[in-house]
Amino acid sequence: MAEINMLQAINDALSIALESDENSILFGEDVGHFGGVFRATSGLQDKFGRDRCFNTPLTEQGIAGFANGLASNGMVAIAEIQFADYIFPAFDQIVNETAKFRYRSGNEFNVGGVTFRTPYGGGIAGGHYHSQSPEAYFTHTAGLKVVVPRNAYQAKGLLLASIRDPNPVIFFEPKRLYRANIAEVPDGDYEIELGKAEVVRQGSDITLVAWGAQVEIIEKAADMAAKKGISCEIVDLRTLSPWDVDTLAASVKKTGRLLINHEAPLTGGFAGEISATIQEECFLHLESPIARVCGLDTPYPLIHEKEYMPDALKTFEAIKATVNF
Amino acid sequence: MSNATSDNETVHRVSFLDRESVNIPILKILQADGTVYDNAVMPVIDEALAHRIYDTCVFTRVLDERMLGAQRQGRISFYMTCTGEEASIIGSTASLDDGDVILAQYREHAAIRYRGFTTEQFMNQLFSNEKDLGKGRQMPIHYGSAELNYQTISSPLATQIPQATGVGYSFKMQGKRNIAICYFGEGAASEGDFHAGLNMAAVLKSPTIFFCRNNGYAISTPTSEQYCGNGIASRGPGYGIHTIRVDGNDMLAVLAATQQARAYAVENHSPVLIEAMTYRLGAHSSSDDPSGYRSKDEEAKWQQHDPVKRFKLWMINKGWLTESQDAEMYERYRKEILAELKVAEKLPMSMLDTIIEDVYDTPPPRLKQQLKDLKKHLKKYPDSYPNSKGRL
Ligand SMILES: Cc1ncc(C[n+]2csc(CCOP(=O)(O)OP(=O)(O)O)c2C)c(N)n1
Repeated sequence: MAEINMLQAINDALSIALESDENSILFGEDVGHFGGVFRATSGLQDKFGRDRCFNTPLTEQGIAGFANGLASNGMVAIAEIQFADYIFPAFDQIVNETAKFRYRSGNEFNVGGVTFRTPYGGGIAGGHYHSQSPEAYFTHTAGLKVVVPRNAYQAKGLLLASIRDPNPVIFFEPKRLYRANIAEVPDGDYEIELGKAEVVRQGSDITLVAWGAQVEIIEKAADMAAKKGISCEIVDLRTLSPWDVDTLAASVKKTGRLLINHEAPLTGGFAGEISATIQEECFLHLESPIARVCGLDTPYPLIHEKEYMPDALKTFEAIKATVNF
Repeated sequence: MSNATSDNETVHRVSFLDRESVNIPILKILQADGTVYDNAVMPVIDEALAHRIYDTCVFTRVLDERMLGAQRQGRISFYMTCTGEEASIIGSTASLDDGDVILAQYREHAAIRYRGFTTEQFMNQLFSNEKDLGKGRQMPIHYGSAELNYQTISSPLATQIPQATGVGYSFKMQGKRNIAICYFGEGAASEGDFHAGLNMAAVLKSPTIFFCRNNGYAISTPTSEQYCGNGIASRGPGYGIHTIRVDGNDMLAVLAATQQARAYAVENHSPVLIEAMTYRLGAHSSSDDPSGYRSKDEEAKWQQHDPVKRFKLWMINKGWLTESQDAEMYERYRKEILAELKVAEKLPMSMLDTIIEDVYDTPPPRLKQQLKDLKKHLKKYPDSYPNSKGRL
């Protein structure tokens, strides 16, 4: 076990993936010799050669379509989209093709070997084109899995599971934690099962749920609440599609309250889906309305980023309001 | 003549076209020593125009040097230079009418400067203060001004290319003798939007100049990993677009090509593609370190083709500029930029209310409610939100 950061953990996972399956290929803008703008793919071209780790021309649409083609013919395609904000040029290939390849061909063909990795999220003074959390567009699309790790340990295990999962996966990497999060990460090969949430902390008064970089935020809020005598249970969803209803519902049945936190705007965000489902599953157990602490319904601002963020203080306020409802 | 096959020469043995089949000459007018090639056909230029061009060159050089320094001191968060590409950008902008609309990529601040963007306006954008025309919403270098017909920069690459086609077409519909000009890098030319934009412009006959700055790299990716054909210019004829390749470090060549491209676009209601062969002398941005992907020797070689020096020598040869005047210009801009920088960095940010402005023409009730809730929260914890503290 070594203490490494999330970029190193991702690099390690990619290296293991390429080593353990010679059909796997890694590509994207600047990922070759340079190692990607965040350096997640450093050294991999030297190790695996230019045929298996390379720069593509600057076209996300091309990258996604190329990944689909590779995977439809038996390869494992690991594609990097440089920023999640730039996944939209690839939207048609991902939403209409990647997601529906298996369904529309009656499983004559599938692109289960595709994994798109992409850095998402704000808190880095990146303004509205380097900060978005576009997960909800993809959770709305049947046929895709959507995975978001919260730390270096998860990043490695979930990425390996994503690459090897027989379904296409979009893997959102919280870029503000890339270097900030350092964790103990096992050296060898391991996977964390997709579709399973993790109960990060036990509690009795309210369940807080988030994923990726926001888990740290709800943990902080829970610490603040603890000082007021409120006991929070914390659930990290880890996979948004398909998401682990059972684990969350069991937690809400125990605590009787739920707060959902995400960075993406409130309206149409994934919190709405969670909230509706938990309301169905736990109606008779709920002691207060389900709370959502999310981004505003605006593009991601630059100068008012701090104000925009669903931070720990806002979460703390919402915890108190929910518990005292 | 909708289908040209009937005019084609026929052959009876398989023979393919390849990249060598397309031979694209490069226009050069000005030599490295500041003299003009024999027989070169000069652009339209007089002393006043030459001075306006050179003034923009000097301003841009100083701005880039100063602001990169300011970024390193932590005074601004991000910066991008156009160092090495001044001739491509200024030579082309200087060939336009002020009513022509510019849609730039992000490295073309020399163009908005040429149009009259003031030093103060640059600083307000770079420091995201309350006087920034873009209300502090975008990262540094995303300039824009309706008054100067320079559309605000958007970070997603190549999106401005089909938009330029639409702007050009709108001028045709409005019966105006104006055009759109669209700048982009050779990297952005790989995006689907590039192909869509050029094809539509050709088919719909949109008076638009597509100006590719082929500067050798897209972040770390060299052109050899970006495309295999004969540059970007070779695509023009493929779409049926009038095309020229110029030495992008040669102010006079860029000026000549763009002057004629503009005349052609206006007269024929048609697009033109210009590929300027140049070099990105600086890093991609302040977050990038080019030593990871290119050699110092390569950079040094391109320093010899410095477009600003070459144009300066020409001005000196003409008797339009002296070394001491030149040095005085640099000094004046250094002082001016530093003075404006100090003012701009002290100005406050926009009021919090702007957070919900311009999402729609007027904020819907839900957004107003979100702002109200937010303000209530900020009043409770003012110290945790220094930007809005005491300014709600
Ligand atoms: C759609 C999209 N994908 C990726 C990026 C990230 N990105 C910003 S600049 C850049 C390279 C652009 O290269 P080029 O067009 O050649 O212009 P240059 O920077 O060389 O002037 C990349 C990949 C982006 N801004 N937009």
